[in-house]
This record gives sequence, C-alpha cells and structure tokens, in this order.
Amino acid sequence: MSETEALKAKLLGEIETASDLDALEALRVAALGKAGSVTGLLKTLGGMTPEERQAEGPKIHSLREAVTAAIGARKAALEGAALDAKLAGERLDMTLPAAAAPRGSVHPVSQVMDELAEIFADMGFAVATGPEIEDDWRNFTALNIPETHPARAMHDTFYFPDTDAEGRAMLLRTHTSPVQIRTMMTQQPPIRIIAPGRVYRSDSDATHTPMFHQVEGLVIDRGIHMGHLKWTLETFLKAFFERDDIVLRLRPSYFPFTEPSAEVDVGYAHEKGRRIVGGNGDDDGHAWMELLGSGMVNRRVIANCGLDPDEWQGFAFGIGIDRLAMLKYGMDDLRAFFDGDLRWLAHYGFGALSVPTLSGGISA
Amino acid sequence: MKITLDWLREHLDGDYSVADVVATLNRIGHEVEGVENPAEKLAGFRVAKVLTAAKHPQADKLQVLTVDSGDGEPLTVVCGAPNARAGLVGVLGLPGAVVPANGMELRVAAVRGVESNGMMCSTRELELGDDHDGIIELPEDAPVGTPFADYAGAGDPVIDISITPNRQDCMGVRGIARDLAAAGLGTLKPLDVPSIPGEGAPATDIATLDPEACPAFFGRTIAGVTNGTAPEWMRRRLEAVGQRSISALVDISNYVMFDLGRPSHIYDRAKLSGALVARRAEADETVTALNGKDYRLTDTMTVIADAREVHDIAGIMGGEHSGCSEATTDVLIEIAYFTPERIALTGQALGLTSDARSRFERGVDPAFLDDATAIVTGHILAICGGTPSAVTRAGTPPAEVKTVDYDPALSATLGGIAIPAERQKAILTALGFGVIEQAGHWQVAVPSWRRDIDGAPDLVEEVTRITGFDAIESVPLPRADGVARPTATAEQMLERRVRRAVAAAGFHEAVTWSFISEREAAPFGGGAWSLANPISEDLKVMRPSLLPGLLAAAQRNQDRGATSIRLFEIGRRYTGEAEHPTLGVLMAGDKVARGWQAGKAAPFDAFDAKAAALALLDAAGAPADRLQVMEAIAEPGIWHPGQSATLRLGPKAVLAEYGALHPALTKHFDVDGPVMAVQIFLDAIPAKRASGPARAAYAPPALQSVRRDFAFLAPEGLAAADLVRAIRGADKAAIVDARLFDRFAGQGVPEGQVSLAVEIELQPQEKSFTDAELKAVADKVVAAAAKLGAMLRG
Repeated sequence: MSETEALKAKLLGEIETASDLDALEALRVAALGKAGSVTGLLKTLGGMTPEERQAEGPKIHSLREAVTAAIGARKAALEGAALDAKLAGERLDMTLPAAAAPRGSVHPVSQVMDELAEIFADMGFAVATGPEIEDDWRNFTALNIPETHPARAMHDTFYFPDTDAEGRAMLLRTHTSPVQIRTMMTQQPPIRIIAPGRVYRSDSDATHTPMFHQVEGLVIDRGIHMGHLKWTLETFLKAFFERDDIVLRLRPSYFPFTEPSAEVDVGYAHEKGRRIVGGNGDDDGHAWMELLGSGMVNRRVIANCGLDPDEWQGFAFGIGIDRLAMLKYGMDDLRAFFDGDLRWLAHYGFGALSVPTLSGGISA
Repeated sequence: MKITLDWLREHLDGDYSVADVVATLNRIGHEVEGVENPAEKLAGFRVAKVLTAAKHPQADKLQVLTVDSGDGEPLTVVCGAPNARAGLVGVLGLPGAVVPANGMELRVAAVRGVESNGMMCSTRELELGDDHDGIIELPEDAPVGTPFADYAGAGDPVIDISITPNRQDCMGVRGIARDLAAAGLGTLKPLDVPSIPGEGAPATDIATLDPEACPAFFGRTIAGVTNGTAPEWMRRRLEAVGQRSISALVDISNYVMFDLGRPSHIYDRAKLSGALVARRAEADETVTALNGKDYRLTDTMTVIADAREVHDIAGIMGGEHSGCSEATTDVLIEIAYFTPERIALTGQALGLTSDARSRFERGVDPAFLDDATAIVTGHILAICGGTPSAVTRAGTPPAEVKTVDYDPALSATLGGIAIPAERQKAILTALGFGVIEQAGHWQVAVPSWRRDIDGAPDLVEEVTRITGFDAIESVPLPRADGVARPTATAEQMLERRVRRAVAAAGFHEAVTWSFISEREAAPFGGGAWSLANPISEDLKVMRPSLLPGLLAAAQRNQDRGATSIRLFEIGRRYTGEAEHPTLGVLMAGDKVARGWQAGKAAPFDAFDAKAAALALLDAAGAPADRLQVMEAIAEPGIWHPGQSATLRLGPKAVLAEYGALHPALTKHFDVDGPVMAVQIFLDAIPAKRASGPARAAYAPPALQSVRRDFAFLAPEGLAAADLVRAIRGADKAAIVDARLFDRFAGQGVPEGQVSLAVEIELQPQEKSFTDAELKAVADKVVAAAAKLGAMLRG
C-alpha cells in the first residue's frame, strides 16, 4: 500500500467515526487545512518530475476528493441526527385544542331572500324595495281599498299620529303591495319585480308576530293571464323547495287589489311530525295548506298608477318569507326568528359562503 | 258566517251531503273554516226497546236486560238504572260507540259475571241534559233501531264559512244557496214572500231627515202581538249558528238577517214618543246601546230617534231602552237602507261591531226592502199574532241597475280558462245576472244584491270561479333571449356583500324588531316615529339606531349564559326624513376564551370594533385610503367618550361609527360590559363608478422596495394617524406606505410625551435609490414630523 492509500484509509476511517461536528471540523483542518496532511501531499506535487507527477497527481487529487466528500457526507449525517434530536425534544400533544375561529351565520330570512332573488332573476324578475313607513294612499287607497272598505279593518294596521305633506295618514305598511304602486308609478311596463321586506300587523300569537317578512311579485305586460300566474308560482315553488312534485290548488278568493283573486294552497305530507311540501293534497296522507294570495291586478289599481288598463294587465302575489323559511328548513316557532338567540342562529343560520346560486343549488 | 245543512235545504233543493257542500263552497271561493257535526258524537247510539228485565244474580242494584236494538237477535245488557224495566224504549250504546260525556269507548264486557253487549244511556251521558237519575225514556212509539241522532234531530251539521268582504249577499243562507245552485249543487227554491197589505196607516209616523245616510226607511206597525219564545225550529237554527235565543220578536229579526242577509229592527212602540225619524245625531248626544254600553255620538253619525231620544245607532246597534220585552204588545218594524260608507265610518269611529253593521257597511240589497218587510211581518204574524198596518215608505233606496260591457273571450285572456260562451251565460244567469248579447260583446245587467261587481274582470271571476280554478292551465311567461340578466341593484349587492363579509368574520345575523320601547329609544334621543296604536309599550317607537335591538338581544343571550356575543343586523333606522339601511355590529363578553396557550380569556376592545368597521367598509367598496378617523357624532351617553370615533370621507360624509359603548348605556340595557359596537351607514357609502370589468393597467415594479424605521418623541395629544399621514405625504413619489409599529410611554420617555415608531416603505422605480436620495427622503420625513412637534429620537 502506498503512503497515499494508507493516508486515505486512515482519514476515511476517522471521518466515519467522528462523533460530532466539532471533531469532524478538527479532522477537516488536520487533512485539508493549510498545514493538513492532504494539503501537504498536494504541495509535494510541485517538486516532482513530470513523470512522477503523472503517476502521483491523480492519486493525491483522488484522495482530496474522497476526503472532502466523506467529510460532507458525515457532516450531513451528523446535522440530520442533531436536527432529529432537536425535533424529538419539540414534540407536542397534537390533541391539544387549537384556537377556534369564530363562526358566524346569515339569518334564515336573509338566506331565503337571497334564494328568492336568485330564482326570480332567472325568470326575469328584478328586486324592488319601498319604505316601511307608508302613507295610507299607497298602502290602501291606490290598491282599491278606500277608507270605508271593510278590508281595511282586516289588516290590523299600525298607525302613526303623523300625516305627510299631502295630509295622508302615515302607517306601517301592512303588506309589500305598496311597492307595486311605487313601481308602476315610476316604471313603464313590461314590469317583472319581486319586492321582499318587512311588513307589520297588529297581531301577536304563536303563529303571528307584529313584524314579519313578505315578498310581493308583480308582472305587468300585454296578454298576461291567470295561467301565467299559476306557471310562475309552480315554477318558483319547484325551484325553491327543490322538488318536482309540487302541486298547487288555486281557490277563488277576494283581495281588493286583484280581480280575479286566488288563494293558493300547496299539497304537503306529514312526515315524522313535520309538514313536508310536495304531492297532491288530496292523496292519502296528504293535505292542503294555504300558502299565498294572488290574482290579476285590478284595473283600478293599474289606472291609479297612471297606466292604461286596456293596454296593460298582469298578476300579483304575496307570500310570507318567514313561513317559506319555516316550511323549507323546519323551524316551528316564528317568534324565535326575532329573538337573536345565538344558539338558534348557530343552528338555523347559514354559512357566509353558502350563497344560493342556480349552478350550485338554491339550498346552498 | 255559520249555516246548518238543514237551514240550507230550506233554500236549496237537491241530493247533496255535507261533504258536497264543503267541497263546492271551497271550490267557488267560500272558504270553509270548519264543520261541526253533532251527529258524529252520537254515532253508535240507537233507539232500543227493553224486552225483559231480571235481577242480576250477583248484584242487588243491577238488572240484566234483553234489549231489541232493531237487529233481530235481542242483546243482553247489564244496567244499574232504577227505571230500567220491560217495555221501556230508550237509547242503547253499542260496542264501539264513544260516550260523549266521558270519551269512553263501549265494549262487550262481563259485569259481575254476566256479559253486557252495550249500555242504556242517561241524558247526561249523551250530553243532552243533566239528568242522571235514570236512563232516557223515549215515547213508546219511537222507532226501534233508528240511529238516535236521526231520531233526536241532532244531526244538523253546522258549516262555518269565511265570507270575503265583497260578498255581502252571502251573509245570509239564501245567498250561499244561490252560489251553490249556480255551481251545480242543487236547485235554488223560489223565495216565499207573503202578501200582507195591512190596514190603515202605521200608528207611528216615520221619516228620513238624512237621505244621504238613510235614503230609505220603510216601516209598519203591528198591534196586539204576544212576545213569547220563538218556535223550536227557529231557536234551534239560531243557536246552531251561535245566536242566543232572546224572545220571539228579537229572534225573528235575527233569523231574517241570517237567513236573507237582511237586518231589521223591531221597536216596542210603548217606549216611543211621537214620530220616529232617521236624522243626524247632535254633537255629544248619547245613547245606551243594546250591549249595555254608552256611546257619545258626533254630528257625522246617523241615528233613529223619536221626539225625545235616540233609539238606534242607525244600521249598527239598537238602543237598550226601546228593545222588545215580554210585555211588548205593539211594535214598529224598521227596514231601512243605509249608505255603506257612512255606516263604516260611524262603526270605525265608535269602535262598535255588530252583525247589522257588517252587512250594512258592505251594502245590503237595495231592491229587497218591500219583500223583507213582508217576510218579517209574516213571521211575526205567524209566531206572535197581531194586526199589521200598511207599510210606510219614507224615501227611496238607490235603484240604479248597473250594466257591465263584457267580452266572453276575457275568461281565457284574463282568467286563463276558455269557457264556452253558452256556459258563461248559464253561469251568469244562475247567479242572477241578465245577459244581453250584442255582436260578440255582452251587456250584462248586475243583480241588485251584487254591489261588488264593478267591471268585466269581476264577471271573469264569476264564470271562472264557478267553473273552478282547477281548470286553469299553466302557461310559461315569455323568456328573454340568452342567459338571465343580473337584476340586483348596487344597493342590494352592497347589502349582500356586507352581510356575507360580517358573517364570515364570525358574527351571527339577528333580525330584531323595527319598533322598540320609549325607554330603549331614550338614550338615542328618542325616535322620530311613535305608533299611535302600538301592540305593547315595548314595541312602540321606530328605532333610531340598530344598537338598542342588538343590546337587548345581547342581554337576553347573557341571561342564557352566553359568554361571547358577536351579533349583527342589517336593517333600517328610521329618522324624520327617511329610512336608512344600516349595519349594526355588537361584541360583548370574551373575544378569546381562556385557553392553554393564551391563558385568561381576553375581552373585546375598541380596536376590535375599529378593525371590524374598516374590514366591512372595505368589503362594502368604500375607498379605504381616503377614510379619516374623526370624533363621534352621536348623542352623548351612547359611546365611551374617549374610546369611540367615526370614519368619514369628509366632515359631512360619515360612513361609520365605532368603539366602546358608554358604560351607562350598557347598564341601561342590563348588559354586562364592556361592549364594543359598530354602525355602518350603508346609504352613505358612495357608489363605485361603473367602469367595466377591466382593471387599471399594472405591472409589479422590477426593483425591490426599501424599508426604513424612524422613532419620534411626540406630544401625548398628537393623533398617531396625523403623524403617519404627514410622513406618508413627506415624499409622495418615493414613499408608498407608512405604518406605525410601536407606541411607548413611560420609562425613558419624558413626561407628557410618547414614543412613536414608524416604518416607511420606499419604492424605487427605474433605478435603485442612492444613499443621497435616501437621506433626502429621511430628512423630509423628519421635517414633516417636526411640524407636528414630533422629534426624531436620538
């Protein structure tokens, strides 16, 4: 064995057994430092004859490379072991609780309003709004409910002592129908709107609260008739309840602002103590429930808004939004809607990202 | 409005059941609210005859009977009634029948060892009376085997119908019968109107001095009547529909009202003095009505009065004084026509409802005064006897016949049902309309009792409702080309975005009352709108702020043990001028619950409110870089005076207020503090100018930005934001951001001063900054700070 080979074997053995990074560094200095053993061999190359250099050069260089590589490898191994040891000391109980990000929610009434907007947008209906503090002309008179009309008494109206500049009595709107008036007075037909919002009636029991939410629908166009009304309601309710088996029953009724007028019942079944909308109300295990009022807009109402009733006709309907929410999502107490109970909101509310869309589903 | 099946048969011939009536009424627009069928209660009880009676072998007080129930084989029945004996005809309850008095279902059972196949019943057990001393004894000829309900005539079902306010004509049994007949259920019988000319002028003169409110006042007197009790059939019908029987005369008046929708009034002549006239009341005139209450009248109301006093609030309620009693012998019948609007106004003003008012204010048949007079007279003569006078007719009822121009095609083009013209004509005729065809268009004469018919659409309703709305076929609305277009307005999109943003930030959306109590509104300066007729004092004032509702909700949640409250509401505030869409946010209790990492629970502070306000304004699209923090604007006492502020786009454009609520306010609402809140005034946020989907051109700078830190000693009163804004503006070209990262007062900082540290970010454009350039910027920063009294720390 040549001197070079002997040195190589010695150095590689020492490197392999170096116990820590300091020892390894000492070995590196002893071999590759300025006064190191390998460095010393390299220096001898200068004093050799070309022939000697040709023979010894590669061996010495190979020695240097082998030692450098061995030191690098040993260093990586020692560093890895040191990191492993450090990390082992950093072990945590990963079952410990993490700080919870607070979860918020959207109220079912808002969610259902978004659902309505989405469904009706597809049918070409825009969303209209109006004030809740209304005058009695828009809430009643323009809707063909004159002062002496018995229907006024049926509305359990909240009044203010105030009158507006034109001497009209101010009140809390009893329905969203004044938005019909506001829309027809400011827009030229064809009109397709829904108008959701708060309405007020002086009524309070298990199923009535003095404030609740309603959505009004209004279509004014040429040639619109009761068949369009029925289709619109069917199409809407099928989309809203996400069922194809929605069956409606229209019953003649009376509202001063529509003629003809219809109450609309929807078939439902009792399942596990809940009312599940769907099916024909006349079938076994099914019944009808009154859902909404509707009809063809009264000619007088159209004329009151400055439109020609011989040219324009259409339909209107009104539905309770809270009621729709209860039927769809299964709440049974209307009063809880307005209590702000965090437990109820967390249970019945909707995630911020649950935006109803037609592509993703209305019940997001 | 209630009717009974038997009463209906008085007007409607035909073979129909209760179920047929109910189904037809619902179909043609008279919603049935309920059916009460007394016969159902008595199902399983039969007329039966005791054939033999023998002592029970095991019990002294019991007998073993054999009973013929009409089924042939006699039944063995054990009975404890003392009057049970052979030959008695009584009522047997068969196994399966439910005893009305106690809800027990009868079964075949052994009584002391003898099998009993039913029960002989007492009147109390069948809820027909209080007698429980023995079993019912029927006449000997009572037909054995007949269902007892049929025998007792208790089988008359009562149908409760919701009559819509336009259909006064259906506020009497006959009107309902007419509608049913038109719908094909039976045939309307002719109305039996007696001819009673009477003799001589009425003993009391009548007149109308207020023809506007009372255009017609018909009347006659009848002498020598006996006011006993009405016949059983009449009393039974009245009681079935909920009208207590009072005396024959009163019952007759009520009966005609429920039968024909025609109110009348019968005065005891002994209590009248001189002529009876319809006239305007005098202001402050009073009358004691039949309900025992006193009413103070105004000169817009009409009364029926004699020379001495008021006897009737016209068309609404009679006076207590002149009502008929047992002693009554001479009467005056009033059949009047009152103008509906006037009745409505008087009734509303007095807050007085009655069966008469509800009919007169909807408009009774103006052509039905003479016949009604004859019918009422006929009943009185038949039941009470007496001698009638001739009829006096003061005034004339409105008799104009309305004619509607009608195109039968409208049933399809408006009503959505194509109904053959002949069928339409038949329906209208059956309802009493007169149809004259004129070249496609019809002239339709409206019957006098259909005041509600106003035009062609009403006729469409008549023909379609009688045909049935089931015949309406769905027809799609025409659909616009292409995909559905967006419909939401900018305001709606703003509200939706903000709602989802605040929910995503961990807040729960509440919906609270728009009206609050005066007490709750008081700290907010009260409300601009207060209800005249609130349902309770708690729900009276339209809220001037969203905070009271949220505070009340927070209080309820704390009462239920909630420790961390994050609530928001999007709704309107009501000021004198307008309704303002507003977002209210409230935080109370723990921001962070106690935990193994953080230790103690951490409460919310005013900067949580600020962070929420800024994040939500950003979500709302407000120009965040132009927002200025300015002083609070609200009433003192709402916000903590030192920990609240507003965010504005200028002195007048207040977009939001935020901070800690005043401890006095939270105490007022009984909420454990501290409480942080935000109100964002959504209608104050400027709409973004629509600029299309493309963004402004942008390429990230190629060179890296440079950061430099500065620490200043500033007077304690200097607003940090002012210092940062001054630094940011010191070199608008180079400085792209300035951020305060430390604030310190105390050791090492002189009294009255504070150390503020600001990091600036410099963005080189074409080439890197030179040292000289950086120094120049730093000098500008120091100079800008110095102008505000902030000195660079050495």
